[in-house]
Amino acid sequence: MRQSVLTRAIIFGIAIVAAIIYLVPTFVSPLPAWWTSFLPTDRINLGLDLQGGSHLVLGVKVDKAIENNIERVRTDLSNVLREKGVSGASVDREGTLLHIAVPSANTERLRGVLKSDFAYLVEAKSPQTTGGKSDYFLTLSKEEIRSLRDYAVDQSLETIRNRIDQFGVSEPIIQREGQENILIQLPGIQDPERAKDIIGKTALLEFKLVDDTANVEEAIKTGPPPGRQVLYGHAGRGDGIGTEKQAYVVESRPLMTGEYIQDARVRPAQQLQGASVELILNGAGARLFEQITAANVKRRLAIVLDNRVYSAPVIQERIGGGRASITGNFDLKEARDLSIVLRAGALPAPVEILEERTVGPSLGNDSIREGVISFVVGSSLVIIFMILYYRGAGAIADLALVFHILFLLAILAALKAVLTLPGIAGIVLIAGMAVDANVLINERIREELRAGRAPRSAIEAGFQHAMPAIIDTNVTTFLSGVILFQFGTGPIKGFAVTLCIGILTTVVTAVYMTRIYYDYRAMTGKLKRISI
Amino acid sequence: MELIKPGVTIPFTRYRYIAVAISSVVNLFVLILLFTRGPLLGVDFAGGTVAQLKFSKPVTIGEIRNALGELGAGDTVIQDFGQQGSNEFLVRLQKTSAQLGELSEQIKEGLTKQFGSGTFEVRRIESVGPKVGSELRQKGAWSVIAATIMMGIYIWLRFDLRFGLGAVVALIHDVLVTIGALIVANYEFDLTIIAALLTVVGFSVNDTVIICDRVRENMRKIKRESLETIINTSINETLSRTIITTGTAILVLLALFVLGGGVIRPFAFALLVGFFSGVYSTIFIASPVVLFWEKRLIRKSPSTLKVSSVKK
Repeated sequence: MRQSVLTRAIIFGIAIVAAIIYLVPTFVSPLPAWWTSFLPTDRINLGLDLQGGSHLVLGVKVDKAIENNIERVRTDLSNVLREKGVSGASVDREGTLLHIAVPSANTERLRGVLKSDFAYLVEAKSPQTTGGKSDYFLTLSKEEIRSLRDYAVDQSLETIRNRIDQFGVSEPIIQREGQENILIQLPGIQDPERAKDIIGKTALLEFKLVDDTANVEEAIKTGPPPGRQVLYGHAGRGDGIGTEKQAYVVESRPLMTGEYIQDARVRPAQQLQGASVELILNGAGARLFEQITAANVKRRLAIVLDNRVYSAPVIQERIGGGRASITGNFDLKEARDLSIVLRAGALPAPVEILEERTVGPSLGNDSIREGVISFVVGSSLVIIFMILYYRGAGAIADLALVFHILFLLAILAALKAVLTLPGIAGIVLIAGMAVDANVLINERIREELRAGRAPRSAIEAGFQHAMPAIIDTNVTTFLSGVILFQFGTGPIKGFAVTLCIGILTTVVTAVYMTRIYYDYRAMTGKLKRISI
Repeated sequence: MELIKPGVTIPFTRYRYIAVAISSVVNLFVLILLFTRGPLLGVDFAGGTVAQLKFSKPVTIGEIRNALGELGAGDTVIQDFGQQGSNEFLVRLQKTSAQLGELSEQIKEGLTKQFGSGTFEVRRIESVGPKVGSELRQKGAWSVIAATIMMGIYIWLRFDLRFGLGAVVALIHDVLVTIGALIVANYEFDLTIIAALLTVVGFSVNDTVIICDRVRENMRKIKRESLETIINTSINETLSRTIITTGTAILVLLALFVLGGGVIRPFAFALLVGFFSGVYSTIFIASPVVLFWEKRLIRKSPSTLKVSSVKK
C-alpha cells in the first residue's frame, strides 16, 4: 500500500513537471538560449480565427483544363493526319467530343494513326458512314481524364504555392482537399484582397496579332470575322483622366504563350510611363519570339493576360535577345504582383473561390479576451460550487480540475495543436464536465456512508462502484468528439480536439489523482472522518 | 450540503404518460417549425457572405444600408451584434465574394464615403459558395444522425437493446428541442451549431448511462420488484448526481453565454437548452420507452428477462 501510493505520487509528480515544461514555450517568450537546446519549444498555435488571417478554399475548374487539352489534341490530330497523308480529313471539337470526318476510303489509315499516335482517345459513340464519308466521335479515355484532373489540381497547387512563397506569407498552409479543391490558410495576412488577386489569377499570357484590317465597331455589333476575336484593354490610364475601355480585334490563335517565361522583373516608373514588367524568355522562347517579330514587322502585337489586352505595340523590327516588356501604367505594387504571377507561371485551369473566411487581428484579440474571461468566471463558479457542496472532497476535486487544465494545455502544446475560438469554448465546457467523475464518486461515497460503512471502505466502494458509469459516460462523449472531428473543418476541429483530449485528462486527474490523496490518508491512518 | 434528501422518492414513472404527451406535442411543433419556417441558415450552410463591422462612433442600421448602396439592397440583412454600445454590426449578403469580385474593397469604399476613413473596421468577412454550403449542410445533418445511432448502439452493447432504443428516442428528443429553441430564438445555424448538437448528443446520453448503470445494479439487488419500480428507484437514487453533473456544465455555459462574445453565444445557447433537455428526456422519455417496450411488446416478466443478459 505504502509502496503503491508513493510510486503513483512520484509518477504524477513527474507528469506535472513535464506538463509545466511543455507549457513554458507557450507562455514565455523569448525562451532563454539554454532552454531551446534540449527542452521542448513547441507551443499552442492560435487558429486563424484567433490570430487573424485568411482561410480560402479554391475550386480548380478541371473541366476547363480538360477542354483545353482536347482542343490541343484536336490541333495535334489534324496536323498528324495531314503529315501522314490522310487526305480529306477534318477534325472539329464539340464540347469534349472530337468529331472526325474522313472519306470512307481513308478510314483504315485513320484507324492506323489513331492506334499508333492517339491511343488515349476512345470512341464516344460508334462511327457512322453515309455517302462515302465516315464520321468518328472520339473523346479522352477515363484514365486520361483522371490523370489530367490530378495534374491540373497538383500543378495549380504548386503554382499557387510558388506565388504565395514569393508574395511572402509566413507559415502558409496549402494543401489539396478532396478531388478538385485546394485549401489555403494565410495566417496574419494584412491585405487579403491583394493575396486573393495573386492566388486567383489564371495568369495565362498570350501574344496575339492585332487585325488592323477589321472594323472594330462592326466586330462588336455583328461578331468578329472567323478566326478573330474581340478583346478589351484599358487605354489612357496614365493621363489621370481615368480608365476607358478599348476594344481590339485580334487573331484568335496566339503566336506564343507565357510558358517560355524564365523570369519576370519589375522596372520602376520612368518619366512618362508607369512601372512595367520585363519578361525574360528562355532559349526556345527567345528564338520563337525572334521569328515572330521578324515575320510581322509593322504589325501590332497584343500582349494579352487572362483575355485582357495590356498593350498592343507596333513591332518596329526583329527583336532578338528574348526580352519583352508589359506596360500598362501600373503602380509599383501592381507591377510587383504581376511579376509574381508571371514568374510562377499560369494555372493549368482557372480557379474559383468556393469559401473564404478572413478575420482581422483585432477581432481575434477580443475573442481571446472574452474566452479567457468566460473560462475564469465559469471555472471559478464550478470550483466554488464544489467546495460548498462537498467541502473537503470538493476541494480535492477542484485540485484535480486545476491539474486537468494543466495537462490539457500541455498536451495541446506537445501536439502542436491549433487552438481556435470553439476550441477555447471547448476548454471552458470541459472545465464544467471535468468534475463529473468526482461528483459520481462523491455521491457514491455518501451513499455508502449512509449505508453505514466506515469511511475507508466507503471510499473504496465509492470509487469501485462509480467506475463503470464514469467510463461509459466518457466513452460516449469521446465518441461524439471523434465524429465531430471527422465532420468538422478548421475551427470545429479545434473544438473536437480539445473535447477529446480534455475527456482523457479529466478521467486521469479526477479518478486516479484524487485516489492517491485518499489512499495516502488511509495509509497514514487518518481516515477516521472524511469531509464530503 | 444535499440537494436531494436521501430516501426521497418521487414517482417519476407515474408521470410518464403526461410527459410523453407534452414532449410529443413539443416535438411535433418543432417538426412543423422545421418544415414551415425552417431554420435560419448561416452562410456556412446557405452560402453567401457575412461581414462584421465595427464603428468608432454610434451609427444606425439605416446609415449603413445607405452607405452600402447597391450592396445594401435586396436580401441584405444588417443587424446589431455584440454588446450594447460596441457599435458592431453584421452585414449578411446573399452573394459570395467570388461573384462580386473584391467584396470587402467595395464595402470599405462605400463606408468610407459615408462615414469617413478610419471610423470603421471590417473585422471579419466570411464567404461561402452555394455548393460548399449544401455539402456542409448534408454532412452536418448526417454526422448528428450518425452520432445518435452510435450512442444507441453503444448503450445496446453495454446494457441492452431496450435502453439503447430508449437512449436514441431521448436523443432525438433533445436534438429536436435544441433545434426548436434555436429557431424560436432566431439564432443562425452554422458549423458551431452542429458542434453543439453533437456535444448535446454525447453529453445528454451520460444521464441515461448513469441511470442504466443503476438499474442494472438494482436488478441484481431487488429481483422481486417490477421493472417500473426498479427504474423509479434508480432514477431517484441517481437524481442528485444527474442534477449536479449537468449543473456544473450549466454554470460554465452560462459564463460562456454571457461573456463569451457574439460568435460563441448561439453555441452556448444550444448547449444550455440541449443539456436541460437531456436531464428531462432521460427521466421522462428514455425510461417510458423502456417500460413501453417491456409492457407492450415483450410481455414477459421483467425480472427473468433481464438479469441473464446483463453484462458486467
